[in-house]
Amino acid sequence: MKEKLDQIFSRHHGTRDALIPVLQDIQAEYGYLPPEAMEAAARFCRVAPVEVYGVSTFYAQFKFSPVGRNLVMVCQGTACHVMGGARVLEEVQSRLGIRPGQTTADGRFTLETVACIGACALAPAMVVNKDTFGRVKPEKIMEMLNGSGS
Amino acid sequence: MGAEASKSKPDIGHQVLVCRGTGCESQKANLIYSNLQDEVRKHGLTGLVEVKFTGCHGLCQMGPTVVIMPAGTFYCNVQAEDVSEIVEADLMNGGHVERLLFVDPKSKEKVFDYRDMKFFNPQRRIVLRNCGFVNPEDIDDYISVGGYEGILKALRMSQVDVINEVKKSGLRGRGGGGFPTGMKWEFCHRSPGDQKYLICNADEGDPGAFMDRAVLEGDPHSVLEGMMIAGYAIGATKAYIYCRAEYPMAYERSLIAIEQATDRGYLGKNIFDSGFDFEIKLKLGAGAFVCGEETALMASIEGKRGMPNPRPPFPAVKGLFGKPTNINNVETFANIPVVMTKGGDWFASVGTERSKGTKVFALAGKINYSGLVEIPMGTPLKEIIEEIGGGIPNKRKFKAAQTGGPSGGCIPASHFETPMDYENLTQIGSIMGSGGLIVTDETTCMVDMARFFLTFTQKESCGKCVPCRLGTKKMLEILQDICAGRANMRDFNQLMELAEDIKGGSLCGLGQTAPNPVLSTIRYFRDEYEAHIINRECPARVCVDLIKFEVNEENCKMCGACFKACPAEAVTWVKKQPAVIDRDKCIKCRSCILACKYHAID
Repeated sequence: MKEKLDQIFSRHHGTRDALIPVLQDIQAEYGYLPPEAMEAAARFCRVAPVEVYGVSTFYAQFKFSPVGRNLVMVCQGTACHVMGGARVLEEVQSRLGIRPGQTTADGRFTLETVACIGACALAPAMVVNKDTFGRVKPEKIMEMLNGSGS
Repeated sequence: MGAEASKSKPDIGHQVLVCRGTGCESQKANLIYSNLQDEVRKHGLTGLVEVKFTGCHGLCQMGPTVVIMPAGTFYCNVQAEDVSEIVEADLMNGGHVERLLFVDPKSKEKVFDYRDMKFFNPQRRIVLRNCGFVNPEDIDDYISVGGYEGILKALRMSQVDVINEVKKSGLRGRGGGGFPTGMKWEFCHRSPGDQKYLICNADEGDPGAFMDRAVLEGDPHSVLEGMMIAGYAIGATKAYIYCRAEYPMAYERSLIAIEQATDRGYLGKNIFDSGFDFEIKLKLGAGAFVCGEETALMASIEGKRGMPNPRPPFPAVKGLFGKPTNINNVETFANIPVVMTKGGDWFASVGTERSKGTKVFALAGKINYSGLVEIPMGTPLKEIIEEIGGGIPNKRKFKAAQTGGPSGGCIPASHFETPMDYENLTQIGSIMGSGGLIVTDETTCMVDMARFFLTFTQKESCGKCVPCRLGTKKMLEILQDICAGRANMRDFNQLMELAEDIKGGSLCGLGQTAPNPVLSTIRYFRDEYEAHIINRECPARVCVDLIKFEVNEENCKMCGACFKACPAEAVTWVKKQPAVIDRDKCIKCRSCILACKYHAID
């Protein structure tokens, strides 16, 4: 881990304002923020570990436990709400058997909701990894999940 | 298939524009783009036909779209398999692939030139002038349409003259506040400081707004140019773009634009040999709505929790890292190069008395053509919805349009003719906001809508001040009770009292505007609240706890639509008989209600 972290740190200045970008890079590498990495980030950015904890828990993006191989994000924005986004979420929940923030037992999917991905014209929308799906029909959800998931 | 051959020689100088904004890309526009390149090469058209990918055209509803210029042929819902037909019929033989043309919903006639489409025709594109036409990843393409002329002109003027030009234009902040941009620049320009900062707010957090995303994805150089002009005018040499984490493509394309501009020497030391230094850094947000607020955004750039600070001191005096800072929104910056090249007077000739220029709206919800529309300030709501948006689908009735997202309010049918500008929207209890425009019809419950927005703001409240942290929670609880049929009129009165207190007592814009959706829906749809509370009924049949799931035999037209829609086999129906719902089998999914055109399920 030290090697990877050093590589991340080499891309930034060790100052306070680098803290969020450093944490974002750590999460891009590990999928979440491992405790040891957070401590290393604190030393690198010259802030107390409690500060790192405070900042990272403030932002919705950061995760503190490993995520599944595939990230499913169901949009719950205004347009999606009006167009039936809640039903899409219900369907994904029941198909995967998990609630937002949870990961399936086999480690395949992590489910999350997002306030808006800006694909309002295609509502209801969901994102699987990097693929955006528009006008999602609840009955087509398994197809989408199987198609994009590894 | 529908191709008509009128010419046998390939046309010279065709441009094929493939939209690769988030909307079209989600439907495999990348494949269309690569197929087009292959086909053009295969048919020996290289050099005669230019295949170019662009950002969003605006009509996301009909995506993926391909436009052939200069004819303006607009192909909708294009699939990768259609590419060879487009190349052969259109590019090689000068005809059209008619089955892919846009069909006017009223006249049922095919439209050959997108400029004749009701969606595009009434629009006036200033901010989106290049979106859909230039390759966002190619600085030369931006330069070829007059890009970076604005900054060259500005650098030959004095700082004060640039500010005066912007003041003359009457441009007001497009992020929602509506504060005059020239005045904002002037404050920061006059504020003493050895280092000043400029920030572009691309933390477009309002659910239902996506114009900033489209501009950064479709024309990022116009934003960079606007920032350069602002930086020069106020004397800021360092700048940040704070981009939302949920917009990976906008981030990527901004990054490429910054790299290209830096390579050219348009960014960096002594830009255009003017003696002015200017650099732009890109910061990625981390998922906090409150960071759209100026002071919270600056705290986030500094690496802190994104919590707002009381003003004064204003950012223009003491902002980022304690230095004078000016913050404008993406759409505001995209207007600036035009203000420079065409002049403040020209810009001020568009729009109304006190709202100048255009506004981009993100049209979505219960509307036939959703997407991005840019219209002169003062265009009536009716025209946006009926003409540009093509009306409400399924012959349903317009109920209200929601503007300004979770900080805004609704415009009911009684104000359908309202000209859309800052003053009018404020007067009827809504706001311009960032420009989200969600259309609702009679199947939308306004109480549920208010509950939806409060759920959002409550979750995004940063927790710093008490009125917002606890007040929004209490308001949300009351709204949940109303939707579940557990509330009485005393709760309702408390809801209104709380709303006023939170408005007046919160620290930042998030809390001060959070009650707006509630107050606005109460103002225009009080009867719906009362129906929920007194009659324990949801007139729009949205709030599940208040729906009986019984067929109203008087309204039932015995069409069987509910029977076909039910996934739980809870509906029994035989021809010429009203349907019956078995409530033991019913899973309350509302499929039947959505399928019924006659409002026959209570």
